[in-house]
Amino acid sequence: MTKKPVQFQLNGSPVAVFADEGQNLLDLLRRGVGDLSPKYGCGQGTCGSCTVIIDGEPRLSCLTLAETAEGQHVETTNGLSNGPDLHALQEAFMENFAAQCGYCTPGMLMAAKALLDRTPRPSREEIVEAISGNICRCTGYEPIIDAILAASGQPTRRTG
Amino acid sequence: MSSVEFRKDLFADERDDNLQEIGKPTRRQDILGHVTGRSPYYDDHLFDGLLHMRCVRSPHHHARIRSIDTSQAERMPGVVRVVLARDVPNNLNTLLSLINFGKDEEKLIQDTKVAYAGEPVAAIIAETEGQAREACAAVRVDYEVLPHVLDPEASLKPDAPVVNEVYPNNTFDYHDLYDHQKLRFGDVEKGFSEADHIVEGEYQMSPIEQAPIETCGAIAAPETNDRFVCYTSTQALFFSLGTTAKLLNMPSSRLHFVGGTVGGGFGGKVDSIVEPLSVLGAVLTGRPVKFMWDRAEEMQVGAPRGAERWRIKDGVARDGRILARTFTGFFDAGAYTRLSSYAIIKCTGHIPGPYSIPNVASNVYCVFTNRTPATAMRGFGITGVDFAIECHVDKVAETVGLNPIELRILNAYRDGDMKPHRRLAKNTALIECCQVASQKSGWAISADAARQSSLTGGGGTRAVIPESITDSVGRIGERRRADVPTEPGAGAPSRGRVAAGTQGIPIVAAAPQDEDMITDPARMGFRHAPAVSQPPRTAPSVPVPPVAAASAAPPSAAPPAGQQSAPPPQPVAPQPSAPQPAAPQAPTAASDPAPAPYKPEQPFSRGVKRPGVSRFLSGSRRR
Amino acid sequence: MVTVTTVDTLQEAAANSAGEAVFLGGGTLVMRSVNYGELPAPQIVRLRNAAPLRGIRADGARIVIGAAATMGDVLRSSDVSFLHPVARQVGGPAIRNMATVGGNVFAPHPYGDFAVALLALDAKLRMSDGGETDLESLLAARNSEKRLIESVSIIRPAGDDFRFRKVSRVKPKGVSVMSLAAWLPRSVGRISGARIAFGAMAQTPVRAKAAEAALEGATLDENGIAGALAAATQGLSPPDDGLASGWYRSQVAPVHLKRLLLGEGSRS
Repeated sequence: MTKKPVQFQLNGSPVAVFADEGQNLLDLLRRGVGDLSPKYGCGQGTCGSCTVIIDGEPRLSCLTLAETAEGQHVETTNGLSNGPDLHALQEAFMENFAAQCGYCTPGMLMAAKALLDRTPRPSREEIVEAISGNICRCTGYEPIIDAILAASGQPTRRTG
Repeated sequence: MSSVEFRKDLFADERDDNLQEIGKPTRRQDILGHVTGRSPYYDDHLFDGLLHMRCVRSPHHHARIRSIDTSQAERMPGVVRVVLARDVPNNLNTLLSLINFGKDEEKLIQDTKVAYAGEPVAAIIAETEGQAREACAAVRVDYEVLPHVLDPEASLKPDAPVVNEVYPNNTFDYHDLYDHQKLRFGDVEKGFSEADHIVEGEYQMSPIEQAPIETCGAIAAPETNDRFVCYTSTQALFFSLGTTAKLLNMPSSRLHFVGGTVGGGFGGKVDSIVEPLSVLGAVLTGRPVKFMWDRAEEMQVGAPRGAERWRIKDGVARDGRILARTFTGFFDAGAYTRLSSYAIIKCTGHIPGPYSIPNVASNVYCVFTNRTPATAMRGFGITGVDFAIECHVDKVAETVGLNPIELRILNAYRDGDMKPHRRLAKNTALIECCQVASQKSGWAISADAARQSSLTGGGGTRAVIPESITDSVGRIGERRRADVPTEPGAGAPSRGRVAAGTQGIPIVAAAPQDEDMITDPARMGFRHAPAVSQPPRTAPSVPVPPVAAASAAPPSAAPPAGQQSAPPPQPVAPQPSAPQPAAPQAPTAASDPAPAPYKPEQPFSRGVKRPGVSRFLSGSRRR
Repeated sequence: MVTVTTVDTLQEAAANSAGEAVFLGGGTLVMRSVNYGELPAPQIVRLRNAAPLRGIRADGARIVIGAAATMGDVLRSSDVSFLHPVARQVGGPAIRNMATVGGNVFAPHPYGDFAVALLALDAKLRMSDGGETDLESLLAARNSEKRLIESVSIIRPAGDDFRFRKVSRVKPKGVSVMSLAAWLPRSVGRISGARIAFGAMAQTPVRAKAAEAALEGATLDENGIAGALAAATQGLSPPDDGLASGWYRSQVAPVHLKRLLLGEGSRS
């Protein structure tokens, strides 16, 4: 089987790996690089649990051909914290009970980070729109919306 | 969180309610892993040389397998091993066999007949998932397509195709006697004859897929010391361990199961299908093997909450009191039992909902159809019938022209009331719930209804088990020979009466049926060893019916074997296991030979008698 | 196994995908097929750099959109603000940063909501061989089309002449039970030359020509549109799928068409 070399920036560090032909970026990140934070949920763009940020935009890694990541900047939940210092979103997700099983959480965090990177104080509607491609089956959307509001320094249902 | 309001005042006398945590935000203990993406789900374990397993699945609802040709698939690039039914050491199981409930009926991999679309007929292990997919597509299976049945009532017809040959009547066998689970409490016909209104309704719901975001799967790998490690998505780690031990005929001491981090389950991850297959793959290849469903498989073969159909008939007095209620319920189990048999037991214990109704009867069927097997999901067995009951109560309220909240308060059970499955109602709160709901919704109720309380007015005559009419309609196999009515009481020659009485039977654990099942107190360090009574080694020739025994003898005289029906994992409506005489004093042995106590044809002893196998795998431990 | 060929120009890509190979646009459709082993042939052709095909520009009375423009590009362009409600209905933000305008034309039922809007806006396609074709004829034969789309030219509608509506059962985002788009040019209050398109009402987006004809010269009010509603599904036999039966689609199509034409209960 042909392997293709791919080089990109992952959470600010250079990565050089070989991708199988037709391999998607999710599989390359998880098995090729060993970054297990993006999750497989559907392989068809329905659930959003594989969401990563590529060149500043949220994308679905399961629908991204791995070799197209060449030269791009990829961000995952694995790189969200700065060493032991958690990102404001991570703190807010912990404080607001924004995860139950936790499987959708890395994708939610990436969708939320992509939003806050462009819109530091989003409205509730903008938040709903930003996570509209991410499914949570433990029915935790309201705490997640609260957490994103809290992370952007805005009142939540509980504090507001 | 601020929208939650606690009404502890309503239960102030019932418990020390000094809650420390509820009602204020708290951090989950596992949330740091979740927000950093480091929580170890089963797929988050990396193995060198990991192989991937996928199944070849039936495209037909029902078909006989004439032949399976894997020769082309074996030659495909990356294919390491083709797995067929003959590779499964003990290829027949039923999930609840671990608690001795039901007959082995489902193969891990099929080789003779498929009974639902998506049933596995072969598995391919390959170097990559894509290669396994391509090889699966290259397996040629010659099917003889058979007529199928997708509706539970159609499946009960005498000429319906046989879905599951272990249960040739298309129904699960209850207590080795009936093709349905019966509940009889009082005399519903008398109740109907005294009623001013008869209200009937039919309700049904479709299957519901749990759809966890993490699909079902497991990774198994050879470990040192001839053991196999299995990382799994299971919600029932020891069930999956025991099932794997049984199907692979392998001492459980050789299995090291790791679970606990589950990416959503909701009941859909208890069926223990992926674990035996992945471990089998690791056994056959000597390499780590992952068996992971994709989303399409999760939706197609992931066992859902099954479809249900309910018919409810109420006899109601002019003032709104419900005098009698019958249920006819059909659970669509799909092609195999999984947990549906248990759902019906749970459901029967729940009937007739949170109401005190003096005459209740139900017939609930666990029916096999050529649909995906159904299993657990959030309150399964209860949610469906509750939906039907509450819809029906509204219909009753409309019929008698009563405020539906007041009608519920009028009929609500209260502390001390006898429920039809012969347990006293405790900690009841429907009345208070209705009162709070009426306040919150601004839906006015009468001053009288607002004064009612669950704490008073129950018990007394309401604690008495009424004389109950029984029947013997629907014995196993009858339906195949003729059209037998499905509703309780319909066309049923009365079988007998169970005298009135009170609840006097001490609740004891059902006696084990096999010596294998008897736990050794010495090994159960955490139990009060002497308190575990040894059941008699031989059951009495005639099991003593519990209710008759209660009125005939002091409770302490009732032998434990008296409750010896198949032990379900939930309290079950007492099922008289022999025809009942009108007078409880008369012994029954002479008049009518009683059926022998339930004994599985092939007792589940595997995994118990072999050296090195944990005895904890069987016995009376309940999930 | 899948092979991937990377080329520099659309013409090379077309030449390479003339056989059974499939062209990779944003990946939302092709990669899904790859993941599920459903590619008709395991050959993918892709452009090394699709950026030159992502432009959106005004061209007289029309707008030209590069085939590789994503839904996200559409949402960031003020030239096509009338298409923002349409692009916003395609998936979540991540999908919109991947899914392309050109790819949407080839999206199988029940997908392809954006193409419904393009169809109503009289889309003309510039193809990789330099030729032009209109969207309607391409859709009719899209399964055998060997060329690739370079850009799409559409009408720039005036005022509220353009309407779009997507009907789905899941909020905030779901797959279409149907989508509807209409271009309703009016002179002195009377409609002239209306175009109405349905998505998920056939195997491809289709025009509701009988309804268009019934609107000719009509006013945009309850009486004026009655004929169009009656003719809404004429000639259509909508497919059954897991979201809705064809019967259901036929029954509710006039209801949604009415809301679209009268601007009632708009949710987009």
